[in-house]
Amino acid sequence: MTWPLFTEWFLPGVWITVQVTLGSAALALLVSFVIGIARSSRLWIVRFVAGCYFEVFRGTSALVFMLWMAFAFPLMFGWVFVPMAAGILALGLTYGAYGSEIVRGSLQSVPAAQREAGIALSFTRTQRLRRIELPQAWPEMVPPFNNLLIELLKGTALVSVISVADMTFAANLSRLASNESAPAYTLLLVSYFVLAFVMTRGMRLVERRAKAGIGQRPEPRRGLRAARKPLPKGESAQAGPQSAGGVG
Amino acid sequence: MNWDWDVVADFMPRFWDGVLVTLQALVLGSLLAFSLGLVWAIAQRSKVKLIRWPVVGITEFIRNTPLLVQLFFLFYVVPEWGPSMSPLVTGVIGLGLHYSTYTAEVYRAGIDGVPVGQWEAATALSLPRTRTWTAVILPQAIRRVVPALGNYVVAMLKDSPMIAVIGAFEMLGEARAFSNETFTFEAYTIVGIAFIVIAYPASLLIRAMERRLVK
Amino acid sequence: MSNDTPNPAPEDKPQTPEGKPQTPEAAPGVPEALAHVNPKVDGSELIRFDRVTKRFGDHVVLDDLEFTVASGKHVTLIGPSGSGKTTILRLLMTLLKPDEGTISVGGRYLTHEERNGKLVPAGEKHIREVRKNIGMVFQQFNLFPNMRVLRNITEAPVHVLGLSKEEAEERARELLELVGLTEHVDKYPSQLSGGQQQRVAIARALAMRPQVLLLDEVTSALDPELVAGVLDVLRDIAHTTDITMLCVTHEMNFARDISDDVLMFNEGRVIESGSPEKMFNDPDHPRTREFLSAVL
Repeated sequence: MTWPLFTEWFLPGVWITVQVTLGSAALALLVSFVIGIARSSRLWIVRFVAGCYFEVFRGTSALVFMLWMAFAFPLMFGWVFVPMAAGILALGLTYGAYGSEIVRGSLQSVPAAQREAGIALSFTRTQRLRRIELPQAWPEMVPPFNNLLIELLKGTALVSVISVADMTFAANLSRLASNESAPAYTLLLVSYFVLAFVMTRGMRLVERRAKAGIGQRPEPRRGLRAARKPLPKGESAQAGPQSAGGVG
Repeated sequence: MNWDWDVVADFMPRFWDGVLVTLQALVLGSLLAFSLGLVWAIAQRSKVKLIRWPVVGITEFIRNTPLLVQLFFLFYVVPEWGPSMSPLVTGVIGLGLHYSTYTAEVYRAGIDGVPVGQWEAATALSLPRTRTWTAVILPQAIRRVVPALGNYVVAMLKDSPMIAVIGAFEMLGEARAFSNETFTFEAYTIVGIAFIVIAYPASLLIRAMERRLVK
Repeated sequence: MSNDTPNPAPEDKPQTPEGKPQTPEAAPGVPEALAHVNPKVDGSELIRFDRVTKRFGDHVVLDDLEFTVASGKHVTLIGPSGSGKTTILRLLMTLLKPDEGTISVGGRYLTHEERNGKLVPAGEKHIREVRKNIGMVFQQFNLFPNMRVLRNITEAPVHVLGLSKEEAEERARELLELVGLTEHVDKYPSQLSGGQQQRVAIARALAMRPQVLLLDEVTSALDPELVAGVLDVLRDIAHTTDITMLCVTHEMNFARDISDDVLMFNEGRVIESGSPEKMFNDPDHPRTREFLSAVL
C-alpha cells in the first residue's frame, strides 16, 4: 500500500469502520432490548410480533439485506439511503435479532424466586422488570454481547461492498491501484484483530463493573471470546452458538 | 412500487442455478468446517505447547477477523505465491476455514462436557489413547454438539453470499448480475426472501434436534 | 426437629420475661421500629379461606379448604410435607391462584372483585392493593443480589408505598437495628451468611408495614448454628407486636412459643386445630399424634 493511499484512504477508513461499528451496535442494542423484552411479554400479540421480527431477521443474510437496501429499496420506494445509513441499518436490524435472544435468555435465567420476592413486595410488572430483573440479567448479558459486538465489527467489512469507504474498501482500492495485495490485506486483517482486541478489553471493563454492581467477581477466561459453558441445555443451548454465528 | 412478475420469471432460471451453487458451497464448506474444527479442537487439548499455542493463536485470529477479508486474502494474495483457485473453491475453503474455528469451540465444549469419570474409566481399562478418543469420548461429545453445529450451518448459509464478492455465482451473485443488466429490483428481493425461507425451517429442525439430543 | 422433652409443662411456655402482651400499649418492650404495627386487635376476622381448592395437575393440594385467622393472631401450620401448608402461604401472596373458592383479607377479596353483583377474577391493580397488607419471608430469603442491604429494604417502600428516600432509610435502619445487622447496611447479600440474609429479608418484609406476615419455613435453608438467631428475632417480633403471622415451620419449639393457634394439615384439609398446649400435649386426632411423635 502506498503512503498516500494509507493516509488518505486507510486511516480515514479505520475511523469509518469504528463509526459503522458503534452506530450499528447502538441500533442493535436498542433492538435487542425492545424485541427481547417484547418476546417475554405476557400479551400474546406482542410476543407474536416480536417473534416474527426475530425469525425474519435471524434468517436474513446481512449482505443480501444491505444490497437490497442500497439498490432494490430505492427502485421500489423511490427513497435513497446514504450508503453508510443503509449499512448501519442492515447490520443493526439483523444483529439486533441475535441480541434479542441474549436479552430474552438472560431475563429467563433470573430465578423465579426473585420475581416472587418482587410480587411479595407489591412491585408492579414494570417495576419488577426495571428494578429487579433487568439489573440482575445485565451482567449475564455482557459476555454474549461482547461476542456479538465482535461479530458486528467483522460484519462491518460488508459495507465496503456498497461503497462505504471503510478500511476494507481502502485495501481493495490499494489492490486495484498497485496490483500488490499481500501487504494491504495483511494490514487489514491485523487491524480488525487489534480492533476486536481493544473492544474485548473495553467490554471486560463493562463486565467487571456490571458484576461488581451485584457483588460478584468476573470469571477469568482465555481468548477474545467469552468462555462458553459446556453446552447449556434446552433453549439456551441455542443462544451460545447463535450469538457467535456470523450473520453476514 | 411496481412489482413485475415477468422480471421474476426471467430471473428464475438463474435463481435456481444460484441455489445450486449456494448449496454446493454450503455442503462442502460444512464438511470442511466439521472436520477441520475437530482437528483444531483436539490439537488445542494437546499437551505439547508447540502444537497447542500456534493452533490457539491461529484459530483466535481467524475467528476474530472478517470472513469477507479472508476471502479477499485467499483469492488475491494466496495466488501470488501459491495455487490459483476458482471463486467457488476459494469460497468453500474460506467458509470452511472460518467456520472451523467456531466448530472447534463447539467440539471443545462437547469434549469438556464428557464426565471426567469416562476418561478415568478408559484409563482403568488401559484403553489406548486413540481408542479412548474414537470409542469413548467423541461418540459422547458429538451427539451433544449436533444442534450447535447445525446452528453454524445456518450461520454459514447466511454468510455464503459473501463469495459472490469474489465472483462466485451463487444466489446473490446471480441476482446482482441480473439486476445490473436489467436495472430491476425483483431479483434482490427474491433472493432476500429465499434466505429467510430456507433458514426458518432449518432453525426449526435444529430446535427439534436440540430438544431430542441435548437432555 | 428438636429433641426436647416431648411434653413440657404448659407453664414453661412464655420464654420472654414479659410474656405475650395483649395490646401494644401493654408492651413496654416494643421496639421503636415496630411501634406502628397496631392493627385492630379486636379478634375480628382478618383472613378467610372459603372453600378453596388448588390442584397441580391431577394432584389436589388443597381440598375445599375453609379456615379463618383473626387479626393479631399467630397461627402455625403443621403437617407432613406435601400437605399444602406452603401452598396456603403462596396463595395468600398471590404467587398462586386458587382453582376454586375465594380468599379474603381484611374483608376484601384477594383474587376476585365484585362487579355488578358477580364475582370475577380481579385485575392487577386490585390484587396489588389488597396484597400490600401482606408481607412474606421466604425459605431461600430471595434478597435482591443486585442491591445492597439498605436498598433491599428501602426499594419497595420508596417505589411502592411512595415514601421519601430519607424516610425509607430511617425506617430501614431502625429495622436493621431490630434484627441486629446495623453494621452490614452497605454490604451485598452475597457477602452475608444465610442467617444474616434471612434477618435482612425479615426487615425487608416488615418495612412494608404489613398487617400479615407470612413465614415460609424460614429456617429450613439455614445451617443449624444460624437458626437460633433468626428465630430469636421472630420471637421478639411475635411477642412485642400484634402483627398477624402465618407460619409454616418444622421448629416445633418455636411454634409452641409464638403460636396462638396451631393448625394440623393432612391431605389438603385442616384435620385439627387448637392452642399449642392442646395440640402439642394432647392432640385428639390420631394423625396429629402420629405426626408429632415423629417430629418432636
